[in-house]
Amino acid sequence: MLKHFIGLQWKSFFRSASFKTEIWFKILMALGALYFIAVFLGMGVGAYFIIEDMELGDPLRVVNQFMVYYLAFDLVFRYMLQKMPVTNIKPLLYLPMSKTKVVNFSLGKTVISFFNIAHAFFFIPFSIVLLVEGYPPVQVIGWHLALMALFYCNNFLNVMVNNQNFIFYVFAALFIVAGASQYYEWFDITIYTQPIFDFFYDMPWTAIIPWMILAGMYYGAFSYFKKHMYLDGGLAKKQTEAKTENLEWLDRFGNLGTFLKNDIKLIKRNKRSRTAVIMGFFFIFYGLLFFTGALEVYDGPFWKIFAGIFVTGGFLFSFGQYVPSWDSSYYPLMMSQNIKYREYLSSKWYLVIIATIISTILATFYLYFGWEAYAAVLVGAIYNIGINSYLVLWGGAYVKTPIELTSNKKAFGDKQAFNAKTLLLTLPKLALPILIYAIGHFLISPAAGYIFVAVFGLLGFVFKERVFTMIEGIYKKEKYKTLQAYKQK
Amino acid sequence: MITVHNLTKTYGEQTVLNIDQLEIPKGQSFGLVGNNGAGKTTLFSLLLDLIQPSSGHVINNDVQVDQSEAWKPFTSAFIDETFLIGYLTPEEYFYFIGELRGRNKADVDALLSNFDDFFHDEILGQKKYLRDLSKGNQKKVGIVASFIGNPEVVILDEPFANLDPTTQIRLKGIIKDLAAKEGVTVLVSSHDLIHVTEVCERIVVLNKGEIVKDLHTSAETMKELEAFFAG
Repeated sequence: MLKHFIGLQWKSFFRSASFKTEIWFKILMALGALYFIAVFLGMGVGAYFIIEDMELGDPLRVVNQFMVYYLAFDLVFRYMLQKMPVTNIKPLLYLPMSKTKVVNFSLGKTVISFFNIAHAFFFIPFSIVLLVEGYPPVQVIGWHLALMALFYCNNFLNVMVNNQNFIFYVFAALFIVAGASQYYEWFDITIYTQPIFDFFYDMPWTAIIPWMILAGMYYGAFSYFKKHMYLDGGLAKKQTEAKTENLEWLDRFGNLGTFLKNDIKLIKRNKRSRTAVIMGFFFIFYGLLFFTGALEVYDGPFWKIFAGIFVTGGFLFSFGQYVPSWDSSYYPLMMSQNIKYREYLSSKWYLVIIATIISTILATFYLYFGWEAYAAVLVGAIYNIGINSYLVLWGGAYVKTPIELTSNKKAFGDKQAFNAKTLLLTLPKLALPILIYAIGHFLISPAAGYIFVAVFGLLGFVFKERVFTMIEGIYKKEKYKTLQAYKQK
Repeated sequence: MITVHNLTKTYGEQTVLNIDQLEIPKGQSFGLVGNNGAGKTTLFSLLLDLIQPSSGHVINNDVQVDQSEAWKPFTSAFIDETFLIGYLTPEEYFYFIGELRGRNKADVDALLSNFDDFFHDEILGQKKYLRDLSKGNQKKVGIVASFIGNPEVVILDEPFANLDPTTQIRLKGIIKDLAAKEGVTVLVSSHDLIHVTEVCERIVVLNKGEIVKDLHTSAETMKELEAFFAG
């Protein structure tokens, strides 16, 4: 039976329509994974000595102190990124195999997920270092096993709460509040949680407790899955009550308004697009890393431009990147309706522009870090409007991945909200302004660098009509291929 | 109204459509029948410029569809659920199509009021997004939306499939009226021989991408079609 399941899994991976185009991305993502493994390994080996060097006390106790944050962060991270295991459950329902097996396989698959294995790369070397440093083996192993169980508890907890957005937000809020109050020394949650983790070390036999909890969690997740394995239960689409919205204030923009109205609804009513926009919003704060000098590596002059582009381009990168894929599920309609390509494209363009301007206004708080910081933001905005907005639309003509706005498999739903591709395609849009800035910076002065970038952006703005004609031509040429690609879900 | 010249579509070695000549005059109700893989949807997709012809072309009211977009204002279609925007309510969808076709809310409402019995109280004011409607109800929305804005050509792929019997009967009436009273050229494909013979003045049979029969509907048509499909 297991053989069949694994076979199905194998085929679904290698036969997916997007596999061919995405193989490079898959390789890059694998490289990314290797990078993280290396980082974790380095941390696992190095953590002990770093903590010792900083003289914070017994490294194990220090790790235990912050373990609660590690676990909480892990849960948040999982909730956002970990895909739920669905091996096309629907067609298996009526076949002669017990539901127990289907569920066990689906849950079992999560055990070998990257999100679980990754921690091993930290904990195993860390434990080995502890042993080498002469910590008593039984106690270290007890502690190690206990924590391993806790991370697996997180795994199954995530499976169970996967669709409970409310619980997630409450949890995330608590986590942030705890972190903040610790930072400002109002209340230190770790005083209460550290003993728990110390306990596993001091009395290694207690490691059995998290394993019992884990067994309970598995059983809970198992019965939850099994109970909801009905078409009108967990496998059903969740329906939200719909409200007709008119958004009449947009009517004054004519045809453009028609599309803008639609795009606003698109963003509001679909999980995938909503997440993209929220992510874009958080980009505004990305600049803090650069302008506060929080990270020394970011102190170089080019990073300011880099930050400016990112701060104002959040929406551009997270949403604009995927034009026209947002409309993939009804692209044939768009292509046969009474719509001119140019109108369609310019409505998307305006959307990106409006969002960039809003981000620029929201980012005025960077003035606090001096006029230079905000100048970088402004210049970034001009470049985003003048150049990147076209690049994004242009690139979109070739990005032919259909987007599933709402996952049909909600109860077990996979959150495709985050995609490494977005970030990869972002790079060329960032390298160019940095280069332009560098030319100005080295030939004349930093101010000239800013001016160069801004002038470049303005030039793009001047040539709008010509660029649009060109992009329109590309879209027309790619139209049939795009339609074809969107058909393959 | 619609002229097809030497139209072929091939995928690799396989020719899925090969039509030398086809002329559909204005105001005709045109039925397309054929088994699976006969090329019905391929032909409709070519008429809508959703796929590229391997050779030949389609002319819709003097506009060559793969050269100019000028056919769009007077042509509308419902092929499948990819013509629906899942996250809109039916009302919003109708208004959206209306706006694209230069019709304001009042115009759209006036048109919709004619379809009250067709909708059977299951479409309007249901507080549901299109994606949450049943397949049949989605189809009703798509079909009615294709009537918005007085199109001169309406293309419907398998409009009777998934509809309940009552709605099928009503839809037949609607399609007949469109062609007879308003001079709209209606193109319909179907697997159901009875429906097409009832609705269409002309029936074309496609088989493996080629036109094998072109009939003016009469009392004998049904028998002839049955004889053909029985092999």
